[in-house]
Amino acid sequence: MSLQFSEQSLSKVQEMIARYPEGKQKSALIPVLHLAQDEFGGWLDVPVMDYVATLLNITPIEVYEVATFYSMYNMKPVGRYLFEVCQTGPCMLRGSDDIINYIKTRLGISVGETTPDGLFTLKAVECLGACGYAPMMQLGKHYREHLTPEKVDEIIEECRKLSAINN
Amino acid sequence: MKLLIDKANIEGIRFYKAYRENGGYASVEKAFKMSPADIVEEIKKSGLRGRGGAGFPTGMKWSFLAKPEGVPRYLVCNADESEPGTFKDRYLMEFLPHLLIEGLIVSSFALGSNRTYIYIRGEYAWITDILEHAIAEANDNGWLGKNILGTGFDCQIYVQRGAGAYICGEETALIESLEGKRGNPRIKPPFPAIKGLWDSPTVVNNVETLAAVVPIINMGGMEYAKIGMGKSTGTKLISACGNINKPGVYEIDMTISVEEFIYSDEYCGGIPNGKRLKACIPGGSSVPILPANLLLKTAKGETRLMNYESLSDGGFATGSMMGSGGFIVLDEDQCIVRHTLTLARFYHHESCGQCSPCREGTGWMKRVLYNLEYGKGKLSDIDLLWDIQRKIEGNTICPLGDAAAWPVAAAIRHFRDEFEWHVLNPEESQVRNFGLAHYADQLETLTA
Repeated sequence: MSLQFSEQSLSKVQEMIARYPEGKQKSALIPVLHLAQDEFGGWLDVPVMDYVATLLNITPIEVYEVATFYSMYNMKPVGRYLFEVCQTGPCMLRGSDDIINYIKTRLGISVGETTPDGLFTLKAVECLGACGYAPMMQLGKHYREHLTPEKVDEIIEECRKLSAINN
Repeated sequence: MKLLIDKANIEGIRFYKAYRENGGYASVEKAFKMSPADIVEEIKKSGLRGRGGAGFPTGMKWSFLAKPEGVPRYLVCNADESEPGTFKDRYLMEFLPHLLIEGLIVSSFALGSNRTYIYIRGEYAWITDILEHAIAEANDNGWLGKNILGTGFDCQIYVQRGAGAYICGEETALIESLEGKRGNPRIKPPFPAIKGLWDSPTVVNNVETLAAVVPIINMGGMEYAKIGMGKSTGTKLISACGNINKPGVYEIDMTISVEEFIYSDEYCGGIPNGKRLKACIPGGSSVPILPANLLLKTAKGETRLMNYESLSDGGFATGSMMGSGGFIVLDEDQCIVRHTLTLARFYHHESCGQCSPCREGTGWMKRVLYNLEYGKGKLSDIDLLWDIQRKIEGNTICPLGDAAAWPVAAAIRHFRDEFEWHVLNPEESQVRNFGLAHYADQLETLTA
């Protein structure tokens, strides 16, 4: 199998397994899947899940059933920058519908779609625990809060610049 | 009165040095001179109730923990905060991570847990880093590890990130997830206190509950119990959001009125743009929504207070619940049908799918509400919604079914006229909201 974690990630996996008693390495599945998604292109392809199963010495189906249950795992490719905008009650009260519509217009995509250049994916998600700082979205590891159309513009610009640097 | 977040603004308090210099870890020193049974006794005396939503007495929960010989016991901290409207645990962990670690060490000692886990919702990725840093600092300074402070007690704390599932806030689903499985709640009994994580006796407590152990040990359970009133002892974190001037996390002792909480500058600071209060969900999205008149005064005409007893006064007919302390305020421009639709969509998305009443019922409610909101509803849909929610409630393994049913039930109970207006005015309802209607007029009579 060609697919392999970096040395650094492999030692991280060992450290994760060591958090649990002997023989309970399956408990590391959820954190290891996060690591895999980060390292292998932002989503969990079948070979990636099979590789994780081998690492943890569990069957592939045990990985599939978990990967498909949790909303943070992407089961298909996503853009380099994933905008996850909260749409639940408290955010709705503070105008999340308008923010979602604004992003749709700005990027020319619908919810669930990726821009043709592969840079942006827009997702409408459920409560992220930032209700007091609404409207908001998750971008990578961090939250972007108190969103306005101007702030959305800045974030899009920031992503474009970052992507130009990384290319 | 503030016992938990009083030090949140001290510079550098997120790090060990400043935290320790400001009295941090004193409760561990004190607890290690007590016996584990005495610590449990102090928690019982304090009257502390679980801060995650259910309000179950913490000391009693701890005393249920089975202690068979040769079997490990586990303490698990529930940091899967995902009830819409709730963001208080995030605040505690982000700004005062050592307070949680301190509470976890004392609680682990009391319960005999040598491996303690913090299960945090996956989206709080940056907070995971903050907690892991605090744990490393606690390790470096001898508060964790082997033979802590020469007591012979070993303890290590690990952080486990979830991956996006509201259901994992339910304690048995959380345990399943911690075991690397789907978050499907278990049938109880057996309760986690007998058979929990890896079939061992386990206590699962909310972040705020475990943080509250620190002031309780420092001041003594009896002193803690003097704060607040009735069975609402101590302080409670309230995360306030929606249409208010000052959204945020507030620590209250549970004696202030709901009216003061909404309108005083010390707390929410009133409603923006001079708008009037329409409704409020006082304890996280699952608890019944109340119209303004029933929120500020009970059905008996008494001032409603921010505590467990007063918020639930009148039962579900005219009251609500303290819940998780997620306080969601709706102003006069908000549409109850649309708001209820977002909550129904949330619960449908989060249903684990194990029990058919919840799996099918939540989706059905969402679709009916969608029709009502978008001008395609019938009057009979309102009764249909009522019927569906009634058949979900009480018929599922875990409380998610109830949590999905209650908001729909309460919205119909108190705002039926607004649902009817949507059906009768399908086009107008697309461009205009129903507004305040009669319950706000009642409020004016009440406060006049």
